[in-house]
Amino acid sequence: MSVLFGLYVPPHPHPLLAPNQNEGWGQLRDAYDTARKRIEDSDADIILVYSTTWPSIIGHQIQAHPEPKWVHVDDDFHFLGSMPYEFRMDSEFAESYRDTCEARGLVARTIAYDGFPIDTGSVVALKLLNPDNRIPACIVSSNMYANRAETIVLGKAAQDALAEQGKKAVVVVVSSMSNRMFTKHIEAHEDRIHSQKDEEWNQKILEFFADGRLEDISQLSREIHGQIRVQKVVAYKPAWWMAAVMGQHNNYHGEVLAYAALHGSGGAVIQLTPTADSVGDKEFDEDDVDVYRGDRNVLVTGARDIDAAAGVKEDDTTAKKGSGKSKNRPKVSSRPSENVIHTSDAPTPVGAYPHARKVGDLLYLSGVGPRQPDTDEIPGGPIEDKKGKPRDYDIKAQTKACIENVRTILEASGSSLDDVLDVTAFLVDMKRDFKGYNKIYADYFEPIQATRTTLAVSALPTPIAVELKVIARAH
Amino acid sequence: MSKGEIVLGCLAPHPPHLVYADNPPQNQPISEGGWETLRWGYAKLARKLKEIDYDVIVLLTPHWQTYIGTHFLGCEKFKSLSVDPVFPNLFRYNYDLEVDVALSEAMCDAASKAGIVTQMMRNPDFRVDYGTITSCHLLNPEWDKPIVCISSNRSRHYYSVEVMNEQAAALGTACRKAIENSGKRVVMVASHSLSHRHFTEEAPLPEDMSREHIYNHSQYVWDMKMVDLMRNGEMKQVFDLMPEFTEQTMAETEGGGLSWMMTAMGFPDYPAEIYGYQSVIGTGNVIAAWDPDANTREVVL
Repeated sequence: MSVLFGLYVPPHPHPLLAPNQNEGWGQLRDAYDTARKRIEDSDADIILVYSTTWPSIIGHQIQAHPEPKWVHVDDDFHFLGSMPYEFRMDSEFAESYRDTCEARGLVARTIAYDGFPIDTGSVVALKLLNPDNRIPACIVSSNMYANRAETIVLGKAAQDALAEQGKKAVVVVVSSMSNRMFTKHIEAHEDRIHSQKDEEWNQKILEFFADGRLEDISQLSREIHGQIRVQKVVAYKPAWWMAAVMGQHNNYHGEVLAYAALHGSGGAVIQLTPTADSVGDKEFDEDDVDVYRGDRNVLVTGARDIDAAAGVKEDDTTAKKGSGKSKNRPKVSSRPSENVIHTSDAPTPVGAYPHARKVGDLLYLSGVGPRQPDTDEIPGGPIEDKKGKPRDYDIKAQTKACIENVRTILEASGSSLDDVLDVTAFLVDMKRDFKGYNKIYADYFEPIQATRTTLAVSALPTPIAVELKVIARAH
Repeated sequence: MSKGEIVLGCLAPHPPHLVYADNPPQNQPISEGGWETLRWGYAKLARKLKEIDYDVIVLLTPHWQTYIGTHFLGCEKFKSLSVDPVFPNLFRYNYDLEVDVALSEAMCDAASKAGIVTQMMRNPDFRVDYGTITSCHLLNPEWDKPIVCISSNRSRHYYSVEVMNEQAAALGTACRKAIENSGKRVVMVASHSLSHRHFTEEAPLPEDMSREHIYNHSQYVWDMKMVDLMRNGEMKQVFDLMPEFTEQTMAETEGGGLSWMMTAMGFPDYPAEIYGYQSVIGTGNVIAAWDPDANTREVVL
């Protein structure tokens, strides 16, 4: 389990700087203290923070300074006092998180500058949750243009980085619920939720949280934004990120530790702990997404996505470049600076890797199995059932599907099956399957004459019998 | 005491890229240059400011965003390091500036009397935003004049761009009264770009001008419409168009800077001095000035 539990906490400085001035602010402070103790009692390796008060524009920024230090003052609530801080960041994790973001098609960069202005929400959360820097932290920004798909992929990339680093995390989302503040000064004792409508929506969301229904809140995010978030260019996205990093389900033990008004906005400290027996069922009304294929390549005038965005058809682009190949080439998301290729027409990767990568004149493909891109169905059947019991399967059908997937990726990369130079094949049962695999292989590759190595392995990551690793000529 | 006056109004965008490209000693990152059209324009406007007799720069900044009214810097000196939260690779600037606290308080009082929610910012640890630093540096690299720095109230986020425009106008009127009562000669600065849709990627070399262009044609057409109105001295029309312009181009005018300044200057009906227009990471930036003195006003571009 890479995420031990998640916390949803408010960004305003009142629980840190003025907990005694208002009963609700004090309750939020007490809840923060409870959460702090639970973090201390856990065996978390890292506190991973997504802050809605750190807007970014150039992709997603990840704090990587090992020991950021400053005296922070809030733009609005400067009269409450200063917030000196010295934090301990997990720079190694930050670098890994950036890499996993890029592998999923996001623009991301680490930030490690003396004096970088860490946002109010992150400062408040880390000072209250981790005052002694007992556990290193990592903070990721909230890109102001990012919407659902991009934010969900950002969450999944965090999950990738945790898995890659083998770290256990407490995930912290810093965000208000309703965020309409009073636009006038108020006395501390006058604080209340800005309107009855905001209060009713906050209660509805708190009920979902208490039931552990994080994915349902994620699915409701656009509605929440329309109802109780002030008009801005940004969407309400913290639940998208939190759900994505915590597994996109409703199986949590939810606990609302406190809820109170913070200058009119709704502030809550909520804990979500993964469990096996919560609400469980969920309803998706939008597609899930694993790789971001958005409009971020606006600077890259030669990129295929840009041509498409500008109304130039794929075939027109191909014609201009004179290749004449791949008439029905699938749409690809290619990052030319890194020469990384993802395609939605091949099976979704089961880890933080692209389908292919171009280096010089060569294309290196990640291992390709027989799974079907849209359904994950395995032609010829899986080698075992869901309980792990072995079942009969058709190695010829699996091998054929493997090779067709290889063809799809090569064509998405501007290459073809005819350009394959070298194949490494992995079989889970050499004795049973070699003959059938070898027959189908010959049907495709005899005229191509690629070099080949066939290995027996004890298992593959999904219930398949064969996987191919390919190197091909690039064009 | 003679009546105070606004001796010049400047629309002074604050992309940190310009300071980065200038390589002043205060800024840590080093560049190969870039965005020369804007930097040459700024240099010419800075030379004009050297020829003008003024006491203080009064600036409204969109990067000090306040939701609870309008705030004014209220300490005499601020000295610190400003790091741009979006482009920290380009802008890490050591600043040391003086505030005209008396004028700041006078404006705050005048605005408050006009019904605007206001507050003085007295916390000495407060870090002045990079937009203020950038505009001030480019207009007055010697930093030999005090400033008044006013936050941008985000009424547009809570209500609408129309409310933002009216509130900015009310603030402009109040600030003008305070300036007149102060007896001081003021240069007003609206620190912002026009169209403001950014690229979300940065070129490997940020100053690679082969990658620089306006985000899209629509933004450019809107920018040119506004610049033409400025050149023709039709600032009341600019004010009236501001809500639509702001919505269509995601413009930084949402902070109210230009509406505030134009109202304070009585909606100039004389041509603006245009010092340059160029995109910066996709946003549209014009440097313009309004000189009430016909004898010193010039057609720059």
